[in-house]
Amino acid sequence: MDLLRRTVLKGAGASGVLAGLLAAGVLKPTLAYASDWNKAAFEAKELDAALKGLGAEGAAANPALVMKAPEIAENGAVVPIDVTSNIPNTTMIAILVLKNPFPLSSQFEFASGAMGDVSVRLKVAETSIIRAVAKADGKVYSTQKEVKVTVGGCGG
Amino acid sequence: MADPMKIRAQMKGDVCEIRVLMSHPMETGQRKDADGKTVPAHFIQNLTVALNGKTVVSGQTAGSVSRNPVFGFKVKGAKAGDKVAVSWVDNKGDKRTDETTVA
Repeated sequence: MDLLRRTVLKGAGASGVLAGLLAAGVLKPTLAYASDWNKAAFEAKELDAALKGLGAEGAAANPALVMKAPEIAENGAVVPIDVTSNIPNTTMIAILVLKNPFPLSSQFEFASGAMGDVSVRLKVAETSIIRAVAKADGKVYSTQKEVKVTVGGCGG
Repeated sequence: MADPMKIRAQMKGDVCEIRVLMSHPMETGQRKDADGKTVPAHFIQNLTVALNGKTVVSGQTAGSVSRNPVFGFKVKGAKAGDKVAVSWVDNKGDKRTDETTVA
């Protein structure tokens, strides 16, 4: 009993010192930098898990969500993707490459006048469906398109 | 320290088009070098675009965004002379902020 109490106190003391060091900036935990990076969604290997991490399950199709992507990408390392949401109050757009090792590539949140419109260039490992997911007024919409890749984006 | 970004912000009608070119290797952590060793992951995780100090776009990215990434955004309610600031932070804690004015 007494021994346990001592251990607990010791542990508390040690972590207190550690917290102090962290606060003083002596130790810099690498994870702290990107604390608002959605690790669960980005490190998901399955589409469903990635969507769940985004809170974007059960998306409905909507013609007002438009994605522009090349039908055939000669270079999978640089595939230009444009997503435009004409849905009012679009607050979020995420782009997923279904066949990539980690499907979620990027996610953008819009505020204060930013339109639901984003263009990016992605690596696409192999011919894959690319899906864009948008959130507007708490509802989730998606659209998708297949991109054929002749040279993969993940090799040397 | 990474190289400066190239930022262009231009009014097209009442919409401000912002394009950003960042200089970054964007290593996925999946690639192997000539000796068969895995190249450690090194990619931008967070980016923000601010108009006159107010965040308009906040993005999160993975290693599957291309090397030297290019992003395009559109913002309403901007005018010529407004200040556009773009920042990023990568998974190693490197960061960079650059500014331009709306043309």
